[in-house]
Amino acid sequence: MLTDEERKEIDEEIGKYRRKRGAGPEALKIVQKHRGWVSDENLQDVARYLGMTDDELDSVATCYNLIFRKPVGRHVILVCDSVACWIMGYEPLLRHMEHRLGIKLGQTTGDGRFTLLPVACLGACDKAPVMMVDDELYVDLSPTRIDEILDRYQ
Amino acid sequence: MTSTDKPLTKNIRPDREPLDIAEYEKAGGYQALRKALQMSQKEIQQMVTDANLKGRGGAGFPTGKKWSFVPMGDQARRPKFFAVNADEMEPGTFKDRLLMEGDPNLVVESAIISSYAVEADVAYIFLRWAYKLSARRLTKAIDQAYERGYLGKNILGSSYSLKMYLHLSAGRYMCGEEDGLLNALEGKRPIPRTKPPHAVTVGLWGRPTAVNNVETIANVPYIISHGPQAFKALSLTDEGGTKLYGISGRVKRTRIWELPMGTALGDIFHEHAGGMLDGYTFRGLLPGGASTSFLREEHFNAKMDFSSMDKTGSRLGTGTIIVLDDKTCPVGMVLNLEQFFARESCGWCTPCREGLPWVRNTLEAIERGNGTPEDIGILHEHTWLLQLGHTFCALAPGAVMPLEGALKYFPEDFENHVRQHRCPWR
Repeated sequence: MLTDEERKEIDEEIGKYRRKRGAGPEALKIVQKHRGWVSDENLQDVARYLGMTDDELDSVATCYNLIFRKPVGRHVILVCDSVACWIMGYEPLLRHMEHRLGIKLGQTTGDGRFTLLPVACLGACDKAPVMMVDDELYVDLSPTRIDEILDRYQ
Repeated sequence: MTSTDKPLTKNIRPDREPLDIAEYEKAGGYQALRKALQMSQKEIQQMVTDANLKGRGGAGFPTGKKWSFVPMGDQARRPKFFAVNADEMEPGTFKDRLLMEGDPNLVVESAIISSYAVEADVAYIFLRWAYKLSARRLTKAIDQAYERGYLGKNILGSSYSLKMYLHLSAGRYMCGEEDGLLNALEGKRPIPRTKPPHAVTVGLWGRPTAVNNVETIANVPYIISHGPQAFKALSLTDEGGTKLYGISGRVKRTRIWELPMGTALGDIFHEHAGGMLDGYTFRGLLPGGASTSFLREEHFNAKMDFSSMDKTGSRLGTGTIIVLDDKTCPVGMVLNLEQFFARESCGWCTPCREGLPWVRNTLEAIERGNGTPEDIGILHEHTWLLQLGHTFCALAPGAVMPLEGALKYFPEDFENHVRQHRCPWR
């Protein structure tokens, strides 16, 4: 069941588009903001609310990189793996992070603290290598800087 | 150049803290909108055509011409739409971020004037999810424009009304493709559409829709205020205006500069970027993002505008340069690029869906030392198989450009990988 708050936020989005389904990606992000990820049940609720079939909405949900259809950790680390970051040292940084967290790309730490995901070019190539943790962008990364940053997230 | 010669970045401070709307107005902001509202749509379209403003998203299509295709007056089906393509996701590209973070009011004013030029009733700014700071600043700029009567019903007392919304995407390269963007706004998968009809006549929800890149429209207020001749005078070639050029990789200074359109490639590399970092040697570069082909030192005299770059066999693209140095493997670099494109292919048409993973896997085999001489032939074949005309949209044709360039300029590196059964850089 969608909460009243979720419905209210989704209604606001629906007003921006000529058809209800235009609000689909935003509605999924609203659910994800409140619940961390989008379960099958949540997806069905949103689909019904927007007058879509589950499959229609899931086809949209699964094409986006940032709609999570599986549970993720409390914080999501998005490591840019595109060309400028790759040239500036993405591979050793990733190895450092995987070693520190004890997980590979696509996995979540046992304590549910971090999920580690690759992401396409974050548009900060002048300060490569870069990553995002949740909504925050971090630039000019080095192994020590990564350690400092990750310590801030519990 | 003086600040008046920089239509795009004149208000942008080094720390990118933007002017608030009162400061923006004091600096001459929203005067172009006042002037535009006194003009007819036809006059504005003609001015932009005379200015020879070409699309800065990468394709270089003349903006005035695009607008002239939008059905006008009573003939047009309403509502009509305008969409700002702010889904900056081309690897190596970080120019629109500067405008949206540094001068969000300029982006909003530009979108209003551009919407007026095609009589749009609703405008969307299609922003990529990762640009959180841009989202906050654009939201504020839109809200303040409504408060001051620059948006909404009867703008500044005129008969023109416009609604503007910020759409935050959820991350997919295909959303930056014009039709992908329209499908995404309609809540569908971002896949291309059959053309014709083009979006300018049958776009969002079947209605006429003009789609333009952020940097493109940011030139429009200057053209309105100063006229097409002044705009053309900013450029070193016949393509009007200035251009945001940027650079990344192992050079001394990595950032964005607003320079006259047609600035020589070598000037950007040597004078502005300061050349290579100590200890690194230049090998090549992609002049305008991941979907452009490699260039080398012999191209440093070439002008960085659309027509001159086409003559080199590459493209201007987004004008943001990515530098390859001697300590980076060219095969590895192309593998990284093709990995991106293979992952971002929407899967709609077969050459792209099947071809890009094949290219990616072949490059990976070569990079890991498992490649054969036939593999290099397979790569060559794909630069033809995935070219323009064989696919629905420009994703795959763009994807094979750096591959084609690497095969042409660094053939010995591919051969060495195959012969030595390993990557010489690892």
